[in-house]
Amino acid sequence: MIVLEPLIKIVFVILINLTTVAYLVYVERRVSAMVQNRYGPNRVGPFGLVQPIVDVVKLFMKEDIVPKAANNFVHSLAPLISLTVAMAAFAVIPFGDHITLFGHSYKLMIADVNIGVLFILMLSSLGVYGITLSGWSSNNKYSLLGGLRSSAQMISYELSMGLSIIGVIMLSGSLQLDKIVIKQGEYLGGFFPAWNIFLQPLGFITFVISAFAETNRLPFDLPEAEPELVGGYHTEYSGMKFGLFFLAEYANMITASAVITTLYLGGWQFPYLDQFGVSAMATSLLQVAAFGLKVVGVLLFFIIVRWTIPRFRYDQLMNIGWKIMLPISLVNIAITGLVILRPISLLYIAVIGLVSLLLIFFLGRHVGKIRE
Amino acid sequence: MKRNDRSEIVRDKDLTLLEKFYLPQIAKGLVVTIREMFQPKMTIQYPEERVVMTPSFRGRPVLVLENDVERCVACGLCSRVCPPLAIDIQAGETSLGKERYPERFEINMLRCIFCGFCEEVCPEEAIVMSNEYELAFENPKDAIYGKDKLLTPIEKLQPRLEFLRANR
Repeated sequence: MIVLEPLIKIVFVILINLTTVAYLVYVERRVSAMVQNRYGPNRVGPFGLVQPIVDVVKLFMKEDIVPKAANNFVHSLAPLISLTVAMAAFAVIPFGDHITLFGHSYKLMIADVNIGVLFILMLSSLGVYGITLSGWSSNNKYSLLGGLRSSAQMISYELSMGLSIIGVIMLSGSLQLDKIVIKQGEYLGGFFPAWNIFLQPLGFITFVISAFAETNRLPFDLPEAEPELVGGYHTEYSGMKFGLFFLAEYANMITASAVITTLYLGGWQFPYLDQFGVSAMATSLLQVAAFGLKVVGVLLFFIIVRWTIPRFRYDQLMNIGWKIMLPISLVNIAITGLVILRPISLLYIAVIGLVSLLLIFFLGRHVGKIRE
Repeated sequence: MKRNDRSEIVRDKDLTLLEKFYLPQIAKGLVVTIREMFQPKMTIQYPEERVVMTPSFRGRPVLVLENDVERCVACGLCSRVCPPLAIDIQAGETSLGKERYPERFEINMLRCIFCGFCEEVCPEEAIVMSNEYELAFENPKDAIYGKDKLLTPIEKLQPRLEFLRANR
């Protein structure tokens, strides 16, 4: 039973993850079409819902071409690294509280690691290897450029990502994601859910921006900037190896949204659920549903942002990462630390967070001057 | 400003504080995209919906059929003017008033360049460009359109005829 329980959870999470990835591609295409006043894929099956399956079949049937000069082993290894890393981060994310089945109580997360946050940071930095190695092993200028860009970008944004999480860790006093979520179940001033987005608005913004950069999504998709680098790091990939990169990109997106949800949007917390008086079973299911809903919301945000903002130039990317994001996340840590040193209620932390947001807002006028 | 000094930033106007902060501008952009999501779609879903072309459109050339008789008198001007030599006519005699009619009238649609010269040169207004644009065939032999495919009732061609008369 000890072995079986995590196994069942793993199978469950991977199945959910893979189907979500497949349909995320579909949703992305439909939403982008809607933004551009088109229909998007609507031919295969009702509303084009069979499209992802057909796409995967197509990718499997395609010829797998490896360039003659490529390093074959690394070339095949890179997409595997990308996908594995993207999926593995989901192991520590709590997607629900507890569920009681057949008299046993099960925790709704695969591994309750006490260094959960560090685990996620570690895996997200490992993700660079997949991209960099694919760029290097392809033996192609554009791929290599894409790979190098991604490593530079990820290292720059890893910093502000890690630093913005520190604020959350300071508030919850734990690296355990489960505890961070439980901490967010409290109420500000007795009625407002104490989600970290309200306590750490600055940290939330820097974290979301870094998450965009970490997942290589627009406006930070320089590693695969089509107009500049042909296809970027996956130029020399075809068939299912390309498919794996594609899956990894979207799996990364799901993981990033799940992490954002867990750290800032209250995870599986469903405000005032205990006052509805529903059964224990329904409570756990509703919490899982709340988690899913929040993740889907963040995913939609990811998608819509992609179709709104143009890509940054490389120097802009670096400027934002080092000259703006890093100081802001440091300021965030300083403010949070100050507030924690003088223990006051959570409401004040929220107020001070807002004030600091305004402060940064006025610092914004200097943002342009830094570049000049 | 030196020409090759790439560090120089050229700005058309000074950005306001709000614009420099950038995030509100992103929110503004998001509002635009979200609003655009619920606008009517521009796509015409082809096999189910088709574009109805305006009379000025030069589609495939057709022969005008008036009172179940083609107007064509087989003078051969169209075949003569046709730049890619797509039109082939075999004239024949008829007891009708016009005395001549085309026994065989073939347009090779692989050759046709839709220039509309045939329509322009025709003294009888017997060959006009229709608004049809679906010209797929599986066999080069199918590309030779005979009278069976070319003859079109005049009612269908009325807009084009009116357009031609108005722009003569």
